[in-house]
Amino acid sequence: MSGILVIAEHRMDELRPVSLELIAVAVGVKAQASGPVTVAIIANDPQKYAQALSVQGVDEVICVKSAVVEFDPDAYEATVAALIAAKNPSLVLLPHSVNSLAYAPALAAHGGLGLATDAFKVEFEAGALVATRGGYGQKLNVEVDFPGKSTVVVTFRANVCKLIDVAGSPTVTQMDAPAIPARGQHKKYIEAVGGGDVDIPGSEFILSIGRGVGEEDNVEQFRELAQTVGAELGCSRPIADAGWLPKSRQVGQSGKTAANCKLYIAMGISGSVQHMAGMKHVETIVAVNTDPKASIFHIARYGIVGDIFEIGEELRSQFPA
Amino acid sequence: MKILVAVKQVAAVDDDFEIRADGRDVDPDFLIHDLNEWDNFSLEEAMKIKEAAGGEVEVVVVSVGPESVDEELRKCLAKGADRAIRVWDDSVEGSDPIAIARIIAAVAKKEAPDMLFAGVQASDHSYAATGIATASFLGWPHAAVVSLLNYTPGSKMATLQRELEGGTYAEVELECPAVLTIQLGINVPRYASLRGIKQAAAKPIDVLTPSALGLAAADVGEAGSLSRVRRMYVPAKGQAELIEGTPAEQVARLVKIIQEFKGV
Repeated sequence: MSGILVIAEHRMDELRPVSLELIAVAVGVKAQASGPVTVAIIANDPQKYAQALSVQGVDEVICVKSAVVEFDPDAYEATVAALIAAKNPSLVLLPHSVNSLAYAPALAAHGGLGLATDAFKVEFEAGALVATRGGYGQKLNVEVDFPGKSTVVVTFRANVCKLIDVAGSPTVTQMDAPAIPARGQHKKYIEAVGGGDVDIPGSEFILSIGRGVGEEDNVEQFRELAQTVGAELGCSRPIADAGWLPKSRQVGQSGKTAANCKLYIAMGISGSVQHMAGMKHVETIVAVNTDPKASIFHIARYGIVGDIFEIGEELRSQFPA
Repeated sequence: MKILVAVKQVAAVDDDFEIRADGRDVDPDFLIHDLNEWDNFSLEEAMKIKEAAGGEVEVVVVSVGPESVDEELRKCLAKGADRAIRVWDDSVEGSDPIAIARIIAAVAKKEAPDMLFAGVQASDHSYAATGIATASFLGWPHAAVVSLLNYTPGSKMATLQRELEGGTYAEVELECPAVLTIQLGINVPRYASLRGIKQAAAKPIDVLTPSALGLAAADVGEAGSLSRVRRMYVPAKGQAELIEGTPAEQVARLVKIIQEFKGV
């Protein structure tokens, strides 16, 4: 067992950026893994992704031609199992994505492979893999090892690793995915509807509200506040789930990324990993929360420990018209 | 007709806590327990199906854990689950999500439900592995991160939506019985009524051991796991510059930050 196998991810004819992050992670520990970095892309037309995956440090890109056009957990499990059998990697890196979650645990359980999910660090110690992930609501770091496992599957968190911006010249090979009977059928993709005028990714200034608003009737005053200060109103998951604001205003992994935001004011948001995935990159984050231990204060530049209603009221009255 | 709902008692650390002497976990004296947030949604989804079918569906909750877990199972019974199963003995100690999944799969084989629901993940360790691993031990079709479900009990097919990243959903048809991991927001979970809480006290919680389910010692605990926690530690983290003072003073600074951004 040696080397690293990376499974790239694509959706709707586009390579998902996390694929390139995984390659950077793999190349980073390649010397410790004492083996090649192999990147596999499983698609109906895999060749079109080969060039983008040909990053410096990658030894081989395998274009796996699959009859299954859209993601299917059984097809991916069977295909990655075949890749593992062919390459005998000591580490299999998958993105910690919704699609990986649909088959990685089954892949590991069936094969008796080591498994760590949502890892944000991997390293080899004397040939044995150690993965680091979060525990107890990300309050602690947890080091996980895999006694007796020669192949370990790791789903790796996105937005952790810097990309390698240099092209390489790996060998590009082809393989056919194993044919398996279908138990599920992808029908179509659906985009979140609602709030066509909302542009979270394009906004430079976002004021976001979270669970701290307490109840639906309290949302309006923050909508007005956002207007007063000239910010787009955003929210965290519980607010969208409750239907208090449309999904198009949700910032985070399953919502929108605040891609162009420069100033982000988080009010009553404790800061889950999923929310922070959509905004932690913002240069100036101001967090307002009653709980001084809230995770959001670890990534914010400025913090106000206080009541969001009191701070909101004060901001409304102090803000110059 | 039967729906099995796998639930977990999660743990959160208290404001001040200590790491256990072996460094591999938090001292249990500093843990606060609750029912996993996701499980409220999977139970609600099962209850909705039961009620739509006019009561011909039995909702059974299952959990792996010591006696303290009964508190969470009672919460589920109070919300309308018909009965509960808890699996435990000392051999389960040290189990990772895969070993837990093997136990839940053994319960599912015994109960033969038409559907098995589990939360996408648990709020304490966020493995997001138990449900799908359970499906693999059962050999059942499975879907992860389900945010909408159309399913009639006894039907051979279910139509569902999976919540992908970035506000995109995938609509999928899946053969049943299946294992679905249920996402937050799929429904609005009910609160237990006073009557429900009273009734829950009379509902049964069956306590089983892994061996009673036909599992060997090597199937559970560290031996049945695919990973092992080696060390837990509090990471060094960044800390925001706290804006001190009265609310008026704090906001005066906040106004300045906004105006700086606006170039005023």
